[in-house]
Amino acid sequence: MEHTIKGRALKYGDNINTDIISPPQYMELSIAEAAKHAMKAIDPNFSSKVCIGDILVAGANFGSGSSRETSPLTLQHLGITAIVARFFARIFYRNAINLGIVAIECPDADRIQDLDVIEIDLAKGEIHNLTSKQTYRCSKLPPHIMELVNTGGLVPYLKEQLGNK
Amino acid sequence: MGKTMSEKILARAAGQTEASAGDILWVNIDAAMLDDVLGPRVVIAEKMQEIRNQVWDKNKVVVISDHYTPPANIAQAEIVKFTREWAVQHNIQNFYEYVGPCHQIMVENGHVLPGTIVVGTDSHTCMGGAFGAFTTGIGSTEMLGVLLTGKTWLRVPETIKVLWKGNLGSGIMAKDLSLKTIQVIGHAGATYKAIEYMGEAIEALPIDERLAITNMAVEMGAKVGLMQADQKVLDYFAAHSDFGKEMLPFGDADAVYCEELEFDASALAPLVACPHQVDNVAEVSQIPQTKIHQAYIGSCTGGRYYDLAAAATILKGKRIHSGIRLLVSPASQEVWMKAAKEGILSILAEAGAIILSPTCGVCVGAHSGILADGEACISATNRNFLGRMGSPKSSIYLGSPMTVAASSITGYITDPRDFL
Repeated sequence: MEHTIKGRALKYGDNINTDIISPPQYMELSIAEAAKHAMKAIDPNFSSKVCIGDILVAGANFGSGSSRETSPLTLQHLGITAIVARFFARIFYRNAINLGIVAIECPDADRIQDLDVIEIDLAKGEIHNLTSKQTYRCSKLPPHIMELVNTGGLVPYLKEQLGNK
Repeated sequence: MGKTMSEKILARAAGQTEASAGDILWVNIDAAMLDDVLGPRVVIAEKMQEIRNQVWDKNKVVVISDHYTPPANIAQAEIVKFTREWAVQHNIQNFYEYVGPCHQIMVENGHVLPGTIVVGTDSHTCMGGAFGAFTTGIGSTEMLGVLLTGKTWLRVPETIKVLWKGNLGSGIMAKDLSLKTIQVIGHAGATYKAIEYMGEAIEALPIDERLAITNMAVEMGAKVGLMQADQKVLDYFAAHSDFGKEMLPFGDADAVYCEELEFDASALAPLVACPHQVDNVAEVSQIPQTKIHQAYIGSCTGGRYYDLAAAATILKGKRIHSGIRLLVSPASQEVWMKAAKEGILSILAEAGAIILSPTCGVCVGAHSGILADGEACISATNRNFLGRMGSPKSSIYLGSPMTVAASSITGYITDPRDFL
């Protein structure tokens, strides 16, 4: 994985929970179908406006609630490769990492505006806002987690560790 | 220096003599629970075929179809079928379906033992902490790793000590105690942490009520809500399973906590969590008159025998308000049968309740009780997030089973003490 990730920010607020990210009424659908309903309770146009490589930016407590991996899976399916939040709910954070999604905590996440172009420097623990010319400090991934993300998530990691069949 | 329950349980599971908050440990899993909605069908079955199509220990795997039972449509039916076939294919003997929410089935059947580590593909797995077990929710990909290796990594959490003194008054339930704790700690105040509940109010509670508290630890972001296993836990096992081992972890009196909170149970009034956050808590008597369309008693939080019996004390000889529906889903088939035998279900039905099968479906808006635009529900469940039980334009209020019962009589959110 590259050590910088650049993309357009899609900005949301605090407490974006799993019932908002993947509404339970659509969880029985395939990930591709369920993804069409992602975030619709707060943004009916979400699924159509996400482009591949967009970075989701949110406030406090992103992903609270359920353990449902359909939440990060649908976001990943729509093209989100990284999520920046003030902080994450625990299970969502682990799920994102296990899927190879970069989840970064940034105390200044609220200073990023919708549609700003930002660049996350994973090694330095900095986010550069190319639109507003600001730089924010952000969390660095601990080594054992960086190893997982570099491998592409838990599945490739397990394949590497256990070998095929 | 003393140790918390989490430090003791996780050290044992990692094969170490001791551990401290902040340590990252690889722990051996004692029980791995998969449900229908996030079990084999998400990532797990497909990726196991690619890596190694065998679980590490079939006796430690429990598969429970509960969210989509009974199915409301073909897609749900296919998921229940897929889950059953996966369990058969992997020779999983601990397989349950249609008998109720997984967390209740886990404790009733002896899959959550004191001092053990249990992971499940549902966030309310934290409920089992009432038995002195370290039980926590994980995602599907992480479960894949557990099924293949029998291990996962956990960061030993800091612990918030929550001491409840005094005793609950008449008309007040563990749910009110739980909501009060959440109001004070906040919906993210225990993120990445464990909570240990203790004090005379907790000790006095029956197991059914203790489970309603630890069940909601995740609503503060916690990894687990723990209580020390005592004689009541041992008695529960004697009645429900063949648990015989003594493995009761006690936190040390001089354990180090990151935060200590003290509450007085005797000062509690009936509480309600208003839309759309679980910590948006107010006393029932303090909120403006709130009309409801649906009342729901059920789920892994509020559908146990004690809950149904408490609701029956309010509803006996009464009629629910015209134009609203009261849905009741006992938390398991065992609860259903006991409540039937004791006449509780008849009391509720005679008051106008619709008695459903044991299921997660209503709480999670999958089937059996979905809300329409503009409707409000008072619910004995654990989460009131926007759109959870149906339309994004509906509202969910969380209260105790007694508060739900009282509200179903008047048609608006009502203090159950008015009916005692």
